[in-house]
Amino acid sequence: MSSRLQQLERPGDVVRDWWGALSREAKWLVGIVGFALMALLPLYPPPLLDTPGISFGGVMAQFGMVALIAVGLNVVVGQAGLLDLGYVGFYAVGAYTVALLTSPDSPWNKLGQTGFFSRDWAWLSCVPIAICATAVAGLILGTPTLRLRGDYLAIVTLGFGEIIRLLADNLQDITNGSRGLNRIAYPRLFQNGKVPDGVFSSGNATGHANYGTWWFWLGMILVAVVLLLVGNLERSRVGRAWVAIREDEDAAEAMGVNTFRFKLWAFVIGAGIGGLSGALYAGQVQYVAPTNFNIINSMLFLCAVVLGGQGNKLGVIFGAFVIVYLPNRLLGVHLFGINVGDLKYLFFGLALVVLMIFRPQGLFPVRQQLLAYGRSARELLG
Amino acid sequence: MIHDCIGHCTVLAADIGFNLAGLRTGFWQLTIDGLSWGAIYALVAVGYTLVFGVLRLINFAHSEIFMLGMFGAYFALDMILGFTPSGDAYNVGMPLTVLYLAVAMLFAMAVSGSAAVGLELVAYRPLRRRNARPLTFLITAIGMSFVLQEFVHFILPRLLTGYGGSNAQQPIILVVPKTQFTVFGATVSNVTLVIVAAACMLAVLTDLAINRTKFGRGIRAVAQDPTTATLMGVSRERIITTTFLIGGVLAGAAALLYTLKVPQGIIYSGGFLLGIKAFSAAVLGGIGNLRGALLGGLLLGVMENYGQAVFGTQWRDVVAFVLLVLVLLVRPTGILGESLGKARV
Repeated sequence: MSSRLQQLERPGDVVRDWWGALSREAKWLVGIVGFALMALLPLYPPPLLDTPGISFGGVMAQFGMVALIAVGLNVVVGQAGLLDLGYVGFYAVGAYTVALLTSPDSPWNKLGQTGFFSRDWAWLSCVPIAICATAVAGLILGTPTLRLRGDYLAIVTLGFGEIIRLLADNLQDITNGSRGLNRIAYPRLFQNGKVPDGVFSSGNATGHANYGTWWFWLGMILVAVVLLLVGNLERSRVGRAWVAIREDEDAAEAMGVNTFRFKLWAFVIGAGIGGLSGALYAGQVQYVAPTNFNIINSMLFLCAVVLGGQGNKLGVIFGAFVIVYLPNRLLGVHLFGINVGDLKYLFFGLALVVLMIFRPQGLFPVRQQLLAYGRSARELLG
Repeated sequence: MIHDCIGHCTVLAADIGFNLAGLRTGFWQLTIDGLSWGAIYALVAVGYTLVFGVLRLINFAHSEIFMLGMFGAYFALDMILGFTPSGDAYNVGMPLTVLYLAVAMLFAMAVSGSAAVGLELVAYRPLRRRNARPLTFLITAIGMSFVLQEFVHFILPRLLTGYGGSNAQQPIILVVPKTQFTVFGATVSNVTLVIVAAACMLAVLTDLAINRTKFGRGIRAVAQDPTTATLMGVSRERIITTTFLIGGVLAGAAALLYTLKVPQGIIYSGGFLLGIKAFSAAVLGGIGNLRGALLGGLLLGVMENYGQAVFGTQWRDVVAFVLLVLVLLVRPTGILGESLGKARV
C-alpha cells in the first residue's frame, strides 16, 4: 500500500501540492490570469509556437472546439469509464441541428422572412436547442445500450456514429446529402465598416484578431463554463458514483449505486457537451457536410482523452491541444518526401499503442483522490 | 405546426424507400447474392470470435488484418504471377484460373496470418504481461488499426511503388462474373460459386480443427478456464498465438474472395466497414462461438441484401448496424450463445 502511495506521489504532485495549498481566492486569481494569458496567445503568437502554414487564430479556434469535445468525452470515458467510439455522432447532431435550423439550403430553415429567429441572434438561440437535441440523442442511444457489457457498448456506439453520418448523407431532401448545408448563422457582433458582418464572420480574415481568434475566445469561455459545471459534478454524489462505476461496476451496484442511472447521466451530459461543440463548429465554419463527421474523428477525440489522462479535466485539454496543434504545425513539413502533416493518424496510433504499454493512465494521470472529503481528509491523513 | 410536422415526415419518407414488392420478386436472387456476402463475413467473423473466446478481447485491428490480406492477394497476382492491372479480364481457362487463385489465396493467408501473429506479439502480449485493464486492450487495438491503415496509406507506396496510397489498386480481374446456372429463377455466377465453395471448405476445416484436434481442444480449454487449462499443461501463450494465426489465415482467405467480388475495393480503408460488419455477424451468432460466427455471417449477408431491397441501396450499411443493436438488445448472447468453451469435450 505504501509503495502504491509513493507511486501516486510522483511528478505532477509538486504542482498539485502547490495548487492545493493556495487559498480559494488565490486559486481563482491564478485561474483568471492563466485564462487571460491563453486568450492573448493568438494576438501575440510566440515565434516557436506559431503555425507558418495556416492562420494561428484558426488553429486555436479548432483547439477550443476539440477541448470542449475532450472535456465532454472525458465525462463519459474518463470519469464513468464507458468507452464511447461514436462521439463524433453527437458532435454531428449538434452541428446539424444548428445547420438545419439556420441554413437557407435546409427545408427546416427558421431564419429569414417566415422564420422566428432574428438574424443577429439566430446562432445563439440555436445553441441551447442543439444541446438539448444532442442530449436527447444521448438518451435515446444510452437507454437501450448502457445495459450492455462495456466492450459491446464500444461497438454499438461506433455503429451509432456511422449511422448518424449515413443519415446525414442519405436523407438528401433534408440535409442536402453530401453537398452539405451552407451559409449557417453565426453571431453578428461588433459590426463596423471594416467587418460589415461582425467579428465572427469569415470576412474578418486579416491580422491576428481574425475570426478564428474570436471563435477561440468564445470557445474558451464555453470551456471555462463547462469545466466549472463538470468540476462541480465531479465533486458531488454523481461524480463519486461515476468513479465507483469506473473502478468496479459490480461493487458499486452492491453498494447501492444505481449504476444504470448514473451511466445514463454521464452519457447524456457528455452528449450535450459534444452537441455544444458541434454548434460551435457549425457557426465557425458556416458549412457542414457528412465527410466532416467521419468515424476516424471519434478515434482522434478518444486519442486526446487517453493522451491527456482519462479523468483529468486539464490533462485532456492538453491532449486536445496536442492533437489539433501538431498536425497543423507540421503542415507542409516534408520528411523523405512524405508530408509529415499527413502522418497524423499514424503517429497518434503509435502514440496510443506505446502509451497503453508504458503509461496507460496518460501523460497527466488523474490522482485517485478522496473526492468525498477533499483537502480536509488529506490534511488529516498527511 | 402540426401541418409542418406532417410535411417533414413525408420528406423523411421520400428518402427512405419501402418496397416490399422488390423483395418478393427478387427474393431468390437476393438470397444467393447475400449468401456470397455472408460467406465472406463469416470467415472474417471467425477471427473475431476465436480471439474473443480466448482473450475476451475485441480485436479491433482484425479489419486491418483483412485489408493487408487484400494487398497480399494483389501482390501475389501482380508480382509473383505476373498479371498486370488492366480494365479487361484475363481468360486463362478454368484449371489455370483455379490454380492462380489458390496461389494468391495462400499468399494472402500467409500475409494476414503473419500480420495477426505480429500484432499479437507487438501490441497485446506486452499488455497481458502487465495485467492491463480491458479498456487498455481495446484502445491499443484501435491504435494498431490506425497504424496499419496509415502504414498502407503513406509508408507502403514509398517501399513498394504502385502499392497503397490514397487510391484503390487498379483491379486485376481473373474471373469474369458469368452466369453458370439458375435456381428458382435466380442466376448463380461463377464468382458466387467460387466464394461459397471456398468458404464452405474453410469453414468445415476450421470447425474440424477446433473440435477434433489437440490444438483445438487447447483453444477450447483456454476459452473455458485459462488457469485450469494452464495447470493441465496447456501452454496459454502458444494457444493464443495459434488463435490469432487461425483468425488471420481465414481473414486472408476472405480477403481474396472479397477481391473477386469487389475487384476495385483494394484500398487502405477498405477493411474498416467490413470488419465492423463481420464483428456484428460474430455477435449476431453469439460471440465466442465458432458455429455462431459462421451462421451469423451468412445471416447478416442475407439480411443486409433484403434490407437493401426494401429500403434502398444507400441504407445497406444502416441495416447491418441496426440489426446489431437489435440483436444486442433482444438477445445479448447471440443466436447460438457464447460457448466456445462449452463445446463438447
